[in-house]
Amino acid sequence: MKKKLTTVMFRGTRAQEEQLDAVIAELRDTQGAMMPIMQKAQDIYGYLPIEVQKMIAVKMGVPLEEVYGIASFYSQFRLNPTGEVSIAVCLGTACYVKGSGDITDRIKIKLGIEPGSTSPDGKFSLECTRCIGACGLAPVLTINNDVYGRLSTGDVDGILAKYM
Amino acid sequence: MIRSHVLICGGTGCTSSGSVAIKEALENEIEKNGLAEEVKVVLTGCFGLCALGPIMIVYPEGTFYNMVTKEDVPEIVSEHLLKGRLVERLVYHEKADETNVNTAMSLNETRFYKKQKRVALRNCGLINPEVIDEYIGVDGYQALGKVLTEMTPDEVIQCILDSGLRGRGGAGFPTGKKWQLARNLVQDGGKKYVACNADEGDPGAFMDRSILEGDPHALIEAMAIAGYAIGADEGYVYVRAEYPIAIHRLEIAIKQAREYGLLGKDIFGTGFNFDISLRLGAGAFVCGEETALMTSIEGNRGEPRPRPPFPAVKGLFGRPTVLNNVETYANIAQIILNGPEWFSSMGTEKSKGTKVFALGGKIKNTGLVEIPMGTTLREVIDEIGGGIPNGKKFKAAQTGGPSGGCIPASLIDTPMDYDSLLAIGSMMGSGGLIVMDEDTCMVDIARFFLDFTVDESCGKCTPCRVGTRRMLEILDKIIEGKGELEDIDKLEELAEYIKSASLCGLGQTAPNPVLSTLRYFRDEYIAHVVDKKCPAGVCKNLLSYVIIEDKCKGCTACARVCPVNAISGSVKNPHVIDTAKCIKCGACMTKCKFDAIIKK
Repeated sequence: MKKKLTTVMFRGTRAQEEQLDAVIAELRDTQGAMMPIMQKAQDIYGYLPIEVQKMIAVKMGVPLEEVYGIASFYSQFRLNPTGEVSIAVCLGTACYVKGSGDITDRIKIKLGIEPGSTSPDGKFSLECTRCIGACGLAPVLTINNDVYGRLSTGDVDGILAKYM
Repeated sequence: MIRSHVLICGGTGCTSSGSVAIKEALENEIEKNGLAEEVKVVLTGCFGLCALGPIMIVYPEGTFYNMVTKEDVPEIVSEHLLKGRLVERLVYHEKADETNVNTAMSLNETRFYKKQKRVALRNCGLINPEVIDEYIGVDGYQALGKVLTEMTPDEVIQCILDSGLRGRGGAGFPTGKKWQLARNLVQDGGKKYVACNADEGDPGAFMDRSILEGDPHALIEAMAIAGYAIGADEGYVYVRAEYPIAIHRLEIAIKQAREYGLLGKDIFGTGFNFDISLRLGAGAFVCGEETALMTSIEGNRGEPRPRPPFPAVKGLFGRPTVLNNVETYANIAQIILNGPEWFSSMGTEKSKGTKVFALGGKIKNTGLVEIPMGTTLREVIDEIGGGIPNGKKFKAAQTGGPSGGCIPASLIDTPMDYDSLLAIGSMMGSGGLIVMDEDTCMVDIARFFLDFTVDESCGKCTPCRVGTRRMLEILDKIIEGKGELEDIDKLEELAEYIKSASLCGLGQTAPNPVLSTLRYFRDEYIAHVVDKKCPAGVCKNLLSYVIIEDKCKGCTACARVCPVNAISGSVKNPHVIDTAKCIKCGACMTKCKFDAIIKK
């Protein structure tokens, strides 16, 4: 998956770095530890900016390319921070057949942002996700931790209004 | 004394529609009415009928309530649990069958369940997956006990071989054979591994998730059995990070199994050691391919590598490894307990047992169904699935996800088993079954899957990385109305190259959705290319929205909802769409109450 690098300034804290150190100390001797470490790092920072990848590379004693190679390979590793209101539309087959493509189009028009990006004020981000497995409720979108299912394009405006 | 059990579905589908809040409300209400000693509320795994969620079942009556909301809870408690009267309006009715109207049905009598045979899903919706005692209460860990105390590893493998069980993850390789190879090929006394593929990447398939959420101990028990059979003491479960509930329950289950001595050192006092670690995926479809999955567990970019050497010789961390899918493991304990003959008595000659399908798309009863192999597609769609909603016509069913193909209406009597599906250009895959009606454009669906594979191609080999992208570009051209007839030939030519030259299963099967739609729906491709029309009315560049003058009442609803102000007209007079401005979002059509807007 193609990834764009962030232009948002990195604001990591000392406390976050200490948490990262603790994670690395705990996992570094486990076989195949790199992915779990990066997953935990993303939990700590919310995303994996190049600054955090550098820290992991230095602390683990591996080249940055290796860390970046993994971060850019897997779609779950985010190189950009998500918006305050993080919208994810499921584009699994069941949802697609039931019109989640049209729902995405409607959100794009309403918010003026493309999938995979965050609005300039940092408020909204839009993502098209792989199947989240809630196919019985198709088409589905999630906003932060709320799930909205059995949607039609007509529902989109009302749902977004709740978060405006 | 507990006189009544209320089961609430805690699978992902029902949780998304609020079943956890219903459970809490119910417990509060039960407490308020002083019934806490008499009624027990249990959050279970998925019942399968996701379309009707949230689902609640009250035992001993077996009353099946559907689409329950938090607001219904006080009535359920005061009427049903206190006075013993059914809450009629929430009871599931099979509207299609007149004789059953207004009679409360139990789950097993419904058309949805009647034809099913639940083996892999046997405990989903029955037990509380977070309590190991409930699993033990339904014969859990008995198979492991039997294997460790009464059977030799070779006997275990023979039993699985005799059952005819084939891998449920896609290719259908005989499971017993896989175990036999991992046991026998390398005998240097060194380490071996058991791994589980729970990276259910096929969009539209969610049976593995349901098993993990509803019956996690079944997986743990089966992996321990596999470990004993091949001589491994360590297991890895590679599970999708998109499945938080499944991960949580699996973590609980592993912890409980360790506490009970069912994982760890000296299991059942037999000297057999086995433990399991979880590894989370990070969203890469290719990691469902076995060699890529193992590379990912090792902590690297999940790129596949050439086979041979096969994982049975050189797998995880360079050691012999058995890798099976969740649903495959879910059958193991039952085969050990009931014997291989019991298992092989179900299904067809070459496809034994049952298979779980995730029924989705344009079908009434979306959800999980488990049927004996060889059940026809017609039975699945018309009887179990309840048919196509809104009076539409069945057009095709897609199986096997991005690696599979479609089954057209003319082949609806095809038996669902490995070989019959392959013969018609589709495949079993992991069991996603997406139903499509006349409003689905087959060219658009082929494009959808190819877009998926282009995005998920890891980039290691050229045929897949470059070839699929070229195919996608051709499909885009066709969908935009710029296609030429020779493009269809080019698609077929490229497809053959990609199939024969790609490194792993992802690339080798990537062209299948295009090839199978070309095989059965070539006329739709021709319509796009020659007539520049999309017969299903999906491809936006090939259609325009128009207002039928006679039907338009001039209510202005469409003009107000149009995001680009392409609709004009005065109140109470017919409106007009300016096709030059129209972005074809369809918002006006959904808004119109008079069906005055059509696509053509």
